[in-house]
Formats: sequence, structure tokens, C-alpha cells
Amino acid sequence: MPTLQLEIVTPEKKAYEAEVDSVVLPAVEGEMGILPNHMPLMTAIQAGEIRVMRSGKEESLAVGEGFVEVSGNKVSVLTEAAITIEDIDEGQVEEAIKRAQEALATAKSDPDEVAALAASIARSTVQLQLKRKKRA
Amino acid sequence: MANTREIRRRIKSIKNTAQITKAMQMVASSKMRKAQMRAVAGRPYARMLDEVTAHLSENSGEITHPLLDRREIKKRGILIITSDKGLCGALNTNLLRDVMKADTGNSVYVTIGRKGRGALARLGKDILADFEMKENFRFADSKRVSKLMLDKYLAGEIDTIEVYYNKFVNTLVQEPTQTQLVPIQPEMLGHTEDGTRKATEYIFEPKAQELLAQLLPYFVHYELYQRILDAHASEHSARMVAMKNATDNAKQLVKELTLEYNKVRQASITTELLEISTAAAVLA
Repeated sequence: MPTLQLEIVTPEKKAYEAEVDSVVLPAVEGEMGILPNHMPLMTAIQAGEIRVMRSGKEESLAVGEGFVEVSGNKVSVLTEAAITIEDIDEGQVEEAIKRAQEALATAKSDPDEVAALAASIARSTVQLQLKRKKRA
Repeated sequence: MANTREIRRRIKSIKNTAQITKAMQMVASSKMRKAQMRAVAGRPYARMLDEVTAHLSENSGEITHPLLDRREIKKRGILIITSDKGLCGALNTNLLRDVMKADTGNSVYVTIGRKGRGALARLGKDILADFEMKENFRFADSKRVSKLMLDKYLAGEIDTIEVYYNKFVNTLVQEPTQTQLVPIQPEMLGHTEDGTRKATEYIFEPKAQELLAQLLPYFVHYELYQRILDAHASEHSARMVAMKNATDNAKQLVKELTLEYNKVRQASITTELLEISTAAAVLA
């Protein structure tokens, strides 16, 4: 059975690279499953979870906003941040959410600030949910 | 002639200084390497961003987007990236001199780094915002800067986004450089590495035009991120060189002072001997 070559890159590093069986992406217009031999596709993704089936096992990654290109059997994900579930430190994430919310409370006047903080809260919340779900 | 104790004290104090500058040199060189490595780590992202944009622009026909629009320049938006700390030679001075030379009076400034902010504030320039970029800043941090400038651009408050920063050429050379990020030069878009890509039919979700509109800001975000990294690498390499010079100078000074010290010591011994032998001759 053919496999997909999944690659997730951020401006900071290549976050993930592997041969996988299928991928589920948090596309802007709803979740989207990609199997091998998919038609060439380009879409934008929102902050959420990428689920990967790799030799029978499911892996999860939390990602920020970004773009996906599927062409041939190659799936390229461009995103501003990506983190695998094992790397999510719950305490740290909770801390980050708390910090951002506090900052949000004091920064109400500046719309740029508010938007940036809201985005960071969304990102952190996704990470937290992901980690909690895995444990349940 | 100075006495021996005084010279000894000076030697000791200079040696201490040399130790500090030596340590700073090492720290700077390791930080420089880190900044360079981070810049390299972002390359796969850049390559893919280029590819995706190329495919998109192939498939979306004529592109019109405010970020590509060349409008009349009434207000220039200029971002200046300097260092927070000094002791890095003429790095900031050179950059700021270039900025002042190119100042046309219709610019608003955004600054990163305490040195640039201070200089512009002293000259009474119009500073829109000031950002702090710590050593280990993330993409999200630099994105806040580009986001702010893009918003101002799209709101029509500024008509360009330009960046002044010290480009890292090599360890010894850093060039003050000015680049324009927005309007985006169309040549910057849509070059793939192989160049012989066959047009493939893509599904776009949402439409290609919309996707491209969402993608373009990321170009600016990424370019800015890279430039800040570059500026950091420049800062550290300049500091490394400055500190190396300081260490070398200190060593030279110690050498000269040691020579001086030995001369003084020799002279005092000679005098003493002379006195002793004179006294002996008188007594005999």
C-alpha cells in the first residue's frame, strides 16, 4: 500500500517528517482526511490538531495557523508552530494561558495586542485539550 | 618613574579587564553560532513557502492584492533593528547614520532594540512603536511586529514597509542594509527551485485568490523573522570582534607594563648595589 510523505515545517525548524498512512488536518472549512493518492490540493488550516496514522498507531500534533499542500503522495504543512503531544508540558501550557489571559485583561485598549494574545490562548488551549484527551 | 607597586597594581587591573572581555568574546561567539543555526533551520520553511506561492500564482491568473500594489508614497514605514546593548563596535552607529542620511522627513519609525529607539527619540523622530526582541525570541514575537506594520499599511497609514538592519556577511563584515518588504516585489513570488514544474490541477479550498491573499502576509512575517535573526548574528559577531580587539589590546598593555616594571625593579636593584658597594669602599 502506498504511503504519504508528511512534512511539517515551521520558520523555526522542521517539526515532523515521516512516512505515514493517513493524515487528518484541521482545515479552515472543516476537518479533512488525506489518504495516499489524494488529488493535488491546497488549503489553509487553523490552529488545531493534526492526527497521523503511522504504521497502525495514531500520533497527534498541535499546530498553529498555516497552509497545506498535497501533491503526489507528499503532504507539506507550513505552520507557524507545531508541537508533538509528548512535548507538551501541561504545567507550562496552563501557565502560558494564564499569563496571556492576564495580559489580555490589561491590554484591552490595543486591538493588535488583543488579537495576538487571543491567538496565543487558542494555541495553548488546543495543546492542553490534546494532552488531556490522550490521557483520558 | 612610577614605583613598582603602582605598576603591579595596574597590571593586575588590566589582566582582570582582559579576563572579562575574553569571557564576553566567548559568549558572543556562541550566541552568534546559535543565531546562525536558527536562520538555517528556517530554510525548509522558506523553500516550501516559495513553492506553495508559485503553485498558487500559476493557478490564480492575474494577482491583485494590496500588498502588491504600488501606490504613491506619502508616508514611509521604516523598521530599524538595532541591538539592546553596546560594546559591539560601530555597528549601531553605522546603521543609524545610514538611516539619517536616507531620512526624507515623511517617515514613521518602528524600532527593535534600545539603541535605535534612543537615537531616534533624541532626534525627535516619529516613533510609532518599539518592540523588544530577546535573544530567544520566537516567530510569534516577530510576527507581532510585522502584523502591526501590515495593519498600518492596509489601513493606509503608511505606504511602504522598509527594514534597516545589519546584514550578516561574515564574522568580520556586517553591512548596514535597507530592504523593502512591502509592496512585495512580484519577482520575489513564484520562483521554484527546479523551474521546470509542470502545471498540475489543484483543488483549492478556499479559492486560489483567497488562499494567496492569506499567504502573502506570511511572506512578510517570515522575511522579517529572518532579518531579525540576521541582525542578531551581526550584533554578536561585531561584539565578538570588538571584544577580541579589547582582549588583544589589554594583553599588549600588560606586556608593555611588565617591561616597564622590570626596568624599574632593575634600576632600584642597581641603585641599591651601588649604595652598598660605595659604603663598603668608604669603610675599607
